[in-house]
Amino acid sequence: MLIHVNGKALEVSSATLAALLQELDFEENSVATALNQTFVRKTERAETGLKEGDAVEILSPRQGG
Amino acid sequence: MTKDALTLYGVALSSRLLAGTAQYPSPAILADAVRASGSEVATVSLRRESGAARAGETFWALIRGLGVKVLPNTAGCRTVKEAVTTAQMAREIFGTPWIKLEVIGEDDTLQPDVFGLVEAASILTRDGFQVFPYTTEDLVVAEKLLGAGCEVLMPWGAPIGSGRGLNNPYALRALRAHFPEIPLIIDAGLGAPSHAAAAMEMGYDAVLLNTAIARAGDPVGMARAFSLAVEAGRLAFLSDPMQPRDMAAPSTPVMGRAFTGVARA
Repeated sequence: MLIHVNGKALEVSSATLAALLQELDFEENSVATALNQTFVRKTERAETGLKEGDAVEILSPRQGG
Repeated sequence: MTKDALTLYGVALSSRLLAGTAQYPSPAILADAVRASGSEVATVSLRRESGAARAGETFWALIRGLGVKVLPNTAGCRTVKEAVTTAQMAREIFGTPWIKLEVIGEDDTLQPDVFGLVEAASILTRDGFQVFPYTTEDLVVAEKLLGAGCEVLMPWGAPIGSGRGLNNPYALRALRAHFPEIPLIIDAGLGAPSHAAAAMEMGYDAVLLNTAIARAGDPVGMARAFSLAVEAGRLAFLSDPMQPRDMAAPSTPVMGRAFTGVARA
């Protein structure tokens, strides 16, 4: 299934957002997630399904002004 | 806590300088500069992470080690939807309802899109956020932000990163006079400690700055300089500065001056 992760097209096998984080080697407690520009809570990732063409954002803390 | 505390959404702070954490030459200099600034609040952001790099964890550990309150931003967001989603993500990862709300409307000046700003502020305050809106000096926008539930306003001094100081002192004075009870923080555009002192002398409650410290040749020295300037400006404001006048007025007593009443040779 082809989806976009942080702006890059990726072929992935995960059916849910929680599985995607594992597949891509993210630490689940250190990132915040959004699917198609809508926030997905950490507790909702396991039941958040992915489909072809979805856009996932996986963000973490950075320097800011 | 000093008697002259700054209270933001119920949190009392001794320091009236809020520090950004970006653009420092190294993480060690960032940490030293934030400490030297005396700031109790540091701004942070969220950016795309790569699975293997885990840069966010390292940075977040550094900030937690400073023992400051964090003020996450929505920097770079250009729509209400982007800003609201980023704020929600920030609340989860940083564990704070505080959000520095930026909705950028124009690339050259990074000027706030004030229409989107008011709309996003309204959505976020209804959702339990405590919003610090990055806005302009416009009085009507300020009224609408307060109506949307904001309890703090952060007007720009000048465009972000420009270092120009207070571009529109007349309007900033008007804003201060119009909202005497609302915490007002000058956010962005300050370049020199004298700019920060001027803002504080004008009665602003605090300043938020990043580039002027981070891009100085010696960020730690400049952080200290800004801290002193903010303190000096605040003390000056509380001490009721004299009003300027057009004509000279002698400071040394005129009475008893020698050579008076004597015909000059």
